[in-house]
Amino acid sequence: MTPCRVNVKRWQAEMIHSLFVINHLGDIFLEKHWKSVISRSVCDYFFEAREKAVDPENVPPVLQTPHHYLISIYRGKLFFLSVIQTEVPPLFVIEFLHRVADTFQDYFGECSESVISDNVVIVYELLEEMLDNGFPLATESNVLKEMIRPPNILRSVVNTLTGGSNVGETLPQGQLSNIPWRRAGVKYTNNEAYFDVTEEIDAIVDKSGTTVSAEIQGVIEACVKLSGMPDLTMSFMNPRLLDDVSFHPCVRFRRWESERVLSFIPPDGNFTLMTYHISSQNLVAIPVYVKQSISFFEAGSCGRLDITIGPKQTMGKTVEDLKVTVHMPKAVLNANLTASQGNYTYDFTTKLLVWDIGKLNPQKLPNLRGSLSMQTGVPNPEENPSLNIDLKIQQLAISGLKVSRLDMYGETYKPFKGVKYVTKAGKFQVRT
Amino acid sequence: MSTGVSYNDQGGAEAAVEAGQESTPTSSSTGAAFGLFSADFKKNEDLKEMLESNKESLKLEAMKRIVGLIAKGKSASELFPAVVKNVASKNIELKKLVYVYLVRYAEKQQDLALLSISTFQRALKDPNQFIRASALRVLSSIRVPIIVPIMMLAIKEAAADLSPYVRKTSAHAIQKLYSLDPDQKEQLIEVIEKLLKDKSTLVAGSVVMAFEEVCPDRIDLIHKNYRKLCNLLVDVEEWGQVVIISMLTRYARTQFTSPWTEGAEFDENKAFYDSDSEEKKDQTEAKPYVMDPDHRLLLRNTKPLLQSRNTAVVMAVAQLYWHLAPKHEVSIVTKSLVRLLRSHREVQYIVLQNIATMSIQRKGMFEPFIKSFYVRSTDATHIKTLKLEILTNLANEANISTILREFQTYVKSQDKAFAAATIQAIGRCATNISEVTDTCLNGLVLLLSNRDETVVAESIVVIKKLLQTQPTQHGDIIKHMAKLFDNVTVPMARASILWLMGEYCEKVPKIAPDVLRKMAKTFTAEEDIVKLQTVNLAAKLYLTNSKQTKLLTQYILNLGKYDQNYDIRDRTRFIRQLIVPNEKSGALSKYARRILLAPKPAPGLESAFKDRDRYQLGTLSHSLNLKATGYQELPDWPAVAPDQSVRNVEIVEPLRESAPIVGKTKQPKSDKFYSDDEDEKEEEGSDSSGSGSEDSSSSSEESGSESEEESSEDSEKTSSDSGKSSSGSEKSSSESESDQKKKKKTKKAPQKKSKPAGDSDSENGNGPVGQASSSSSESSSDSESDSESDSESDSPAPKKKTEEKAKPKVAVNSKKEVSLLDLDDFSPAPTNAPKPSVLSQSLLSDLEGLSLSNISSTVQVTTSSFGPLKTYELLHHMTGKGLSAKYHFPRQPCLFQPSMVAVQVILTNSSDHALEEIHIGDQSPASLNIHCFNTIERLEPGASVTVSMGIDFSDSTQAANFQLCTKEDQFSVSIQPAVGELLMASTMTEQDFCKEQGKLQGMNETSATITMATANASRQAINKQVLSVANVGEVPSSQNNFSRFAGQTVSSRALVLVSLELSESSGALLTINTEKSVMASMLLQDLKQAFAQA
Repeated sequence: MTPCRVNVKRWQAEMIHSLFVINHLGDIFLEKHWKSVISRSVCDYFFEAREKAVDPENVPPVLQTPHHYLISIYRGKLFFLSVIQTEVPPLFVIEFLHRVADTFQDYFGECSESVISDNVVIVYELLEEMLDNGFPLATESNVLKEMIRPPNILRSVVNTLTGGSNVGETLPQGQLSNIPWRRAGVKYTNNEAYFDVTEEIDAIVDKSGTTVSAEIQGVIEACVKLSGMPDLTMSFMNPRLLDDVSFHPCVRFRRWESERVLSFIPPDGNFTLMTYHISSQNLVAIPVYVKQSISFFEAGSCGRLDITIGPKQTMGKTVEDLKVTVHMPKAVLNANLTASQGNYTYDFTTKLLVWDIGKLNPQKLPNLRGSLSMQTGVPNPEENPSLNIDLKIQQLAISGLKVSRLDMYGETYKPFKGVKYVTKAGKFQVRT
Repeated sequence: MSTGVSYNDQGGAEAAVEAGQESTPTSSSTGAAFGLFSADFKKNEDLKEMLESNKESLKLEAMKRIVGLIAKGKSASELFPAVVKNVASKNIELKKLVYVYLVRYAEKQQDLALLSISTFQRALKDPNQFIRASALRVLSSIRVPIIVPIMMLAIKEAAADLSPYVRKTSAHAIQKLYSLDPDQKEQLIEVIEKLLKDKSTLVAGSVVMAFEEVCPDRIDLIHKNYRKLCNLLVDVEEWGQVVIISMLTRYARTQFTSPWTEGAEFDENKAFYDSDSEEKKDQTEAKPYVMDPDHRLLLRNTKPLLQSRNTAVVMAVAQLYWHLAPKHEVSIVTKSLVRLLRSHREVQYIVLQNIATMSIQRKGMFEPFIKSFYVRSTDATHIKTLKLEILTNLANEANISTILREFQTYVKSQDKAFAAATIQAIGRCATNISEVTDTCLNGLVLLLSNRDETVVAESIVVIKKLLQTQPTQHGDIIKHMAKLFDNVTVPMARASILWLMGEYCEKVPKIAPDVLRKMAKTFTAEEDIVKLQTVNLAAKLYLTNSKQTKLLTQYILNLGKYDQNYDIRDRTRFIRQLIVPNEKSGALSKYARRILLAPKPAPGLESAFKDRDRYQLGTLSHSLNLKATGYQELPDWPAVAPDQSVRNVEIVEPLRESAPIVGKTKQPKSDKFYSDDEDEKEEEGSDSSGSGSEDSSSSSEESGSESEEESSEDSEKTSSDSGKSSSGSEKSSSESESDQKKKKKTKKAPQKKSKPAGDSDSENGNGPVGQASSSSSESSSDSESDSESDSESDSPAPKKKTEEKAKPKVAVNSKKEVSLLDLDDFSPAPTNAPKPSVLSQSLLSDLEGLSLSNISSTVQVTTSSFGPLKTYELLHHMTGKGLSAKYHFPRQPCLFQPSMVAVQVILTNSSDHALEEIHIGDQSPASLNIHCFNTIERLEPGASVTVSMGIDFSDSTQAANFQLCTKEDQFSVSIQPAVGELLMASTMTEQDFCKEQGKLQGMNETSATITMATANASRQAINKQVLSVANVGEVPSSQNNFSRFAGQTVSSRALVLVSLELSESSGALLTINTEKSVMASMLLQDLKQAFAQA
């Protein structure tokens, strides 16, 4: 292998020069250059930083090397590393790299080394369409899918037999219209539109049970399978709740400004209609409370743990999929606990204690207690580990948001419509 | 190059595996056998055979494998002749893969690459726009200098293509050609000029990109297209938006005058499309600054993009507002930036960096969102550090107690690097906020007994810096550190202790020589930095206490003389000459004392982001804090605005130019749109008319879809703008409109208005020469304007809430000279410390927690920040001769004395002249103990300032009477607290609650059955009502029909326990247990009333 020398006579101004995809072992298994070839030795600077950071999460996203700048993201145990030569807004690159990873996810169901290697041709075709000369060209999944069809076992068999191809012959309509997100000529026998309102509670609760901060991250995911060019309008019972929102480009912002309704021509298939944020300045209901005591004793090198969870503000709904994750200090060797409900596991190597509770029964509160065995001769940990809570409440948006109606214009058929609510714990942390 | 080696090692194996995979069921098994057992060149032979076969499927298979090779970074260049033959293939996938190959290797095989050129030239004439575009893409990507003229011709043709998609491709090709041959610049600029006039949203982003690369200095090309770009912006695809916004930022900085100059705060509110008469009226009033309408247009049209899902777009708009908007409008970006913090880790990193820079200059912008910057244990280290940085920047007197409580948690973090950074942050807070210096210092001293060495070391270093800032009366801390000296091993910390000993050796005359004695014993084993400080200590002690230390000093100097490190030898020699008088030493030794024991300026503890603002926000340079290649400085505002008329577009001109690409029907309308004097309000916003319906019928025929696209776009544009202004007049979502109204009102009757405090910003903005009297009031009013503008479109109820929430921040700082406009220079440190103040009990107890003791008392006092606030009137502006005052209880521990209730007073000057020397007059001896705010030297008309006071009500609801004085007048005012404000929230467990309740039976129990309004029956509503009445904390309850709350009286710390038992009907039993029976009955009354209300 002879690395190609880059002929640098002047700085070449394009946004994203090259992309390297690197697995968790540090192997570069895919590279793509949108202009002249940059030797992969440029990644050595990245590997150095990766080494220093210990945890892959801690690698600085922006790095500098003598001739290039490296901007990377970490997704699904893969690093997407782009090489930049000149000034560019770093978020531009980061956002694009995430969009690439999203597209892979969308096409192949996951974004991992094995699927990328298996579908390297489609990956290459996608990258070719997504970026031209370092500038994003087509990033809408609807447009891309018209140009390059996602893999599908039946078609790949047929294609190899007939020599057919995965590549569309014409320019997708979306590229030309004012609504690049929707492909043309959509036809369904069952016309349906489903919306999932998902809210995640991010909270920090301190030792005494006081809420230090709490906010809600909401997202409305849509799965719209409607023929033709439907024009939808969604209105809310209480739109006043939403004061900080971001929309899919299809949403008409001015309608929202003036009437507080979402008016849009939807993309075909799955998409995120909007996300919203209800900040800590509002009252946020906390669905569960946690009573815990974790203590480590100097003598005898052991510790005690006792956690009880009870319902707090659940709005009369059942809390499901309750799970507590504790990242124990290094000195904890083993845990000998009994759970009144559910199972617990303690992973000795990662120091993760996971207590899977399941449904929360308000009559009989789940409890986990027992002793922790500690490494001898090591000073006791100073800080008690914080508890991360996972939970799910069906049919409830904890902020109180409700969709009041969904209307369709522009088409004559009657679609099936449905809205589902679910509340989850996001970054829900209880300090101890 | 470890990777290179490992890579070569794997090469063969990988190739084999890959070949195995590629030979899918259909391809002959021979291929697989070849791949597995033969060397590389053989394998390529096989590929060559496949490429030369007649079967399309085999060719495709071969190309797929070749692309696989390229993707893995392996060379496949020797296949070039075989591959290039297939460039004219009918199979579109095969053709595309050949393109990929060609672009990759053409540079190396230029002659062979030329063979393919004729195919592309043919394809450029294809009727299918997709094929035309992709031919141009590939042609322009082939980096072969010989074909430059062909490329140039192709670009020129494509730039006039009917299809906007092809025109977009040509804009991309411009950049490629330019980097291949910069000599084509002039011709390319011509093409850019032409494309800039294009009205398709598709083209706009790409051509601006080309402009930025080829001729960023040719601002003159933008003039005529400026308004069009502003108006198209919303509909341009997201990546193009980023590029256009950053270009327009630069453009605006060269074409408009600064909105930050004196008087700027008022006039840019003027609505853009106002009638001429209005404008003239303003001019006659001799306003110093009028915002260029085009400047306003840009700000207005970028604002909706804050709602974009693309984080890069949001950041681009944020930086545009930061660099271009009048100071008080910048805060509208806050909320969107905070929202981005939920995004991916990498996005958080960049956004936090930018917020860190912004928060130094503008605390007020982010203060209401302080909780969003609290650190989670799961955050990555660099995220944690950035959040810490921001929290430190945002710290002020009002929130310092909360922040220090957070820091206390962080210090205990398992991530020791982060814990150390937290200690640094505590140090910065201590220097910046003089009220808490002592508390922080004590907390840090407690940390010295921490088990972790890095924590101890960092504390010592920070304590050293703090002591240097206030060296008085800290003898005991120094002594304490001397005692610790034996146990500290981190060199930096040891050196810091030694330095402190030397510097303050007169304060610890007994201990210092002893430390020196110990050091003499261990000198040789110490680190260099410790040795240096030992020498320093010896020298200083020799000068002050030579009797005891002469021998020791000589011994140490001798050790230093033969040290291995030349720095130490050097220092030793220097010190010896300086302090030991001998015949050789000159005049210098006479001054030894003055040299060594000179008072030294304290080191400043500054933010690492202090000078980041020299880079444009959101740029790579800002992120790296160094100038990246190709970074363009953001130009300064011009002193005098260049000619505005250059942006005027004549009605006919653009039509001619772009005639072939514009649809026929809507031309007049679209042009009218660009003209200045169009009254937009005539058109009603109806963007729902929907491009959708028009697009749905779009045919595949090119010309058809073309004109349709143009027309729908035009209608979108016009409707968008009219929609904006109409909605502005109705719902005041566009602030310029509503502000305009307020402004008029102000002018007519400046004396007569009583505005809510939340409006202070608009008043600031409207007074003729208004300046806020202090910079901190500016920042607070900014954040108010933020919440206000956001809630404007909401109904009154939540608006009130947001306003109130935005308020709990104090601005006691009274730097008078600083006008609004000097904000750039505003340092985060308040310079004048009022008085040595005693901190609240709770804060002290928080910092005691730093000692990491695990003993926790059953009752903990907390600040409940979740209750809504009520504002009361203190002084009406009619009685106050223009001075109005309102107050509220922030429900935070009082900074001045623990037994005081914190009160925040908002003083507003609604008169037409400045008020001077606002202060609290003498109190009668019988009155309550009041901690006054510092005198406010000057309050400009329309300005308002928030100050905090502390009042010791001694747990009674008697009013605090005092005199509010200005230079001329005195007004008697009184603050009458609601009983619930005399409490502090406390947290306790349910058991503790029941236990305490058991102790407070009989005489101490007051109860009543109350009726509940139905709306109040839910637990959440109960909490809300109780918290609105009294500052109590909720006790987690296991029974659903029981609600419990606990609090303490502020003065005497008596427990107040409130419990509420819901019965079946709408009634409930309310019980209050406390020693203070009078308070109990009053509280009962208040609660009863609150619950009865719906």
